[in-house]
Amino acid sequence: MEKNELEIDIKVPNQTRYLSLIGRIGEDIAKELVRYSGNRETLAYHINLVLTEAMVNAIKYANADDPDKMVHIFINITDDELLIKVFDNGQGFDINSVPPPDFEKLEDRGRGIFIIKTLMDCVSYRKVSDGNVLEMSKKLR
Amino acid sequence: MNLNIEQKNEIVLIYVKEERLDAHNSGELKLEMQKLFEGGKKNILVDLKDVRFIDSSGLGALVSGFKNAISHQGNLKLSTLQPQVKSMFELTRLHRVFEIFTSTSEALENY
Repeated sequence: MEKNELEIDIKVPNQTRYLSLIGRIGEDIAKELVRYSGNRETLAYHINLVLTEAMVNAIKYANADDPDKMVHIFINITDDELLIKVFDNGQGFDINSVPPPDFEKLEDRGRGIFIIKTLMDCVSYRKVSDGNVLEMSKKLR
Repeated sequence: MNLNIEQKNEIVLIYVKEERLDAHNSGELKLEMQKLFEGGKKNILVDLKDVRFIDSSGLGALVSGFKNAISHQGNLKLSTLQPQVKSMFELTRLHRVFEIFTSTSEALENY
């Protein structure tokens, strides 16, 4: 690992009570990124938010609220990029088929993926050996 | 979740006493508002002063309450949003839907 590199690998039970813990870890890491040229407080809030949204996607939809499953979160920060991976064991979905929210219609749901795609530079969702991974990254420079 | 509920004339004032309004607790707020409308209440004011963080589920619970209010010929308004919370309403264009007031007293005067 390079000297500016940081890596976090966490597994938590598939339960929404862990959202705040993981969100807070992401937020605290972002606050320490002195090399980030933008507003660090805003970045920190956004990282908390995208981690929360990605975990909810894994917990409620991919892992179908099964409390015995696990959600695996991987965060890697290099000199110029922040990368987050959230792994689930569910059926998966096609991220490109999720439509953007219709702003004229008032739906209760359907804003999570839009928020992630808006706040991060690169977002993908793909199959891996025992499930799927939602991968999202943000340039730091 | 921690909710303080007060009645001010014809308006039910809900103080959300949580730092986060997210997928873990927003279902309770949604249910509480649903019970109030079903019990004959028409106007709800949700005060978000203590809420520092909101996710799409938290926004969804408020949208659900708003739609419920309209279908009961009432209204649901919001007050005292922290800047980052307000920015989430702007990101999802929901600031065009909700009437948002900077203080609880100002909101109460506008029903």
